[in-house]
Amino acid sequence: MRGVTRRSFIDWLLGLGIVGWISSVLYPIIQYIIPPRVPEARLSAVKVGKVDDFEPNSGRVVRFGNEPVLLIRTEFGDFKAFTATCTHLACIVQYRPDWKLIWCACHNGRFDLNGINIAGPPPRPLEPLKVVVRGDDVYVTREA
Amino acid sequence: MWRRIYRWLDERYQLQALVEFMSHKYVPMHRHTIWYYFGGVSLFLFLVQVTTGILLLMYYRVGEDASYESVRFIMSQVRFGWLIRSIHSWGANLMILTVFIHMFSVYFTRAYRKPRELTWVSGFLLLVLALFFGFTGYLLPWNQLAFFATRVGTEIVGSVPAIGHELVRILRGGEEVSGATLARFFGLHVALLPGIFTILLTLHLLFIQRQGIAEPESWAGRPESEKRRMPFFPNFLLRDLLLWLIVLNVLAFLAVFYPWELGPKADPFAPAPPGIKPEWYFLFMYQTLKILPAKVFFLEGEFVGVLFFTLGGLLWMTVPFWEGRLGKYRNEIAHLIGWIVLVYIATMTLWGFRS
Ligand code: HEM
Ligand code: FES
Repeated sequence: MRGVTRRSFIDWLLGLGIVGWISSVLYPIIQYIIPPRVPEARLSAVKVGKVDDFEPNSGRVVRFGNEPVLLIRTEFGDFKAFTATCTHLACIVQYRPDWKLIWCACHNGRFDLNGINIAGPPPRPLEPLKVVVRGDDVYVTREA
Repeated sequence: MWRRIYRWLDERYQLQALVEFMSHKYVPMHRHTIWYYFGGVSLFLFLVQVTTGILLLMYYRVGEDASYESVRFIMSQVRFGWLIRSIHSWGANLMILTVFIHMFSVYFTRAYRKPRELTWVSGFLLLVLALFFGFTGYLLPWNQLAFFATRVGTEIVGSVPAIGHELVRILRGGEEVSGATLARFFGLHVALLPGIFTILLTLHLLFIQRQGIAEPESWAGRPESEKRRMPFFPNFLLRDLLLWLIVLNVLAFLAVFYPWELGPKADPFAPAPPGIKPEWYFLFMYQTLKILPAKVFFLEGEFVGVLFFTLGGLLWMTVPFWEGRLGKYRNEIAHLIGWIVLVYIATMTLWGFRS
């Protein structure tokens, strides 16, 4: 090995030692600040209320575990549900009875009653969820 | 009495040398002297933020069920609590404004040139830190506007290819903006940022101490007798202090007559209200993102915006290092670039306000 003096070898070792030392400090810190994934309980179905709690042609944001979900009762009386998180920049959407559309107030994004993005900046449709009416009770479930 | 205290101290710490030193420092006087005051005002406002921030800490509590309530408590129950919170909020806005003015005045007088490259770089980093202070502090009252502004602001980072989602999780402390986000932002706002800011600020001031204040370029080659200067101590310092007093009065006026609102509490299960916008100092970036198409080539529009401002910021920070290579017309080109940046920021901010 020509050109490697004892001096440059020691410099090299020292450099390696410093890099190793810094990374052994940084690695745990970086790992620490990444939040651990808490296993979400697979929610099967959540009861969100009674049929009569929801007027036709209205919508309400309900809790589906940790997720906000927009539950809509159309003017014809049937139920629809979508994740309420806008696909643009994560604002929470609402139902506009006057337009019979889903509206995001943040940047004027619009979705139709199938959750399809039809105007404004949202790039993707809203994820649909299933609504089950059993007797008087309204349940929201994620389609398996 | 004062004489005796002074002599007592002087005997032990040689104060005379310090006074000597300070009386030999001069501030150049010319028609742009007024701009020299903005750095000092920014410093003063930072001290105001530290003072009011520490006072807020005595009652502020962090948490989804505690933050909003504690800020409301500060505003309605604590004596002068409304005043302290209002001053902290207004002070933050004024501080960012004066730092911007300070930076552009340094740019247009070309005081960033050799040997002051690192003063410029440290100053730019202080501005970036001030923006982080603003972003993290804004969420702390856990009100509706701040909640959605933070959701949108952090979501933008998600547009970075490959690691975007993980970055958002790190910022938010989880998938959503929640109590975990509040805890993170609180730690950043009251511990990490003040620490780094203080170190950088000390460096910034040390550099200035060492090198003195830049003289205008037109002075080069002029006879000494034509250069008008004012001693830093006591003349400039006294004027500085007078200005600080005026700024404090402006702050008090704003805080008393336009108290900072709190608004309704954040509700992660309620639709966003119309009119969600970031604070004015982020508007120029926000407006740029809004007018970009959803896809630019194969990249997400937001990411192109993020890239644009990251690269732009880096170029701006390194101005003293590449500006010298612009050749014969470097003065004119640098001047033009400054105006383009300034006009861009101003128009985009105004546009953001109106839309
Ligand atoms: C050591 C320094 C600081 C400490 C200890 C501190 C502490 C705090 C605390 C406890 C709050 C929450 C109370 C509240 O929201 O009213 C807060 C809010 C805030 N802080 Fe600071 N702060 C410091 C410096 C700064 C700086 C330098 C800036 C800006 C450049 C800033 C900007 C803000 C903003 C915009 C808010 C939100 C105000 C509101 O809406 O209530 N802070 N700060
Ligand atoms: S976040 Fe919904 S339109 Fe932008």
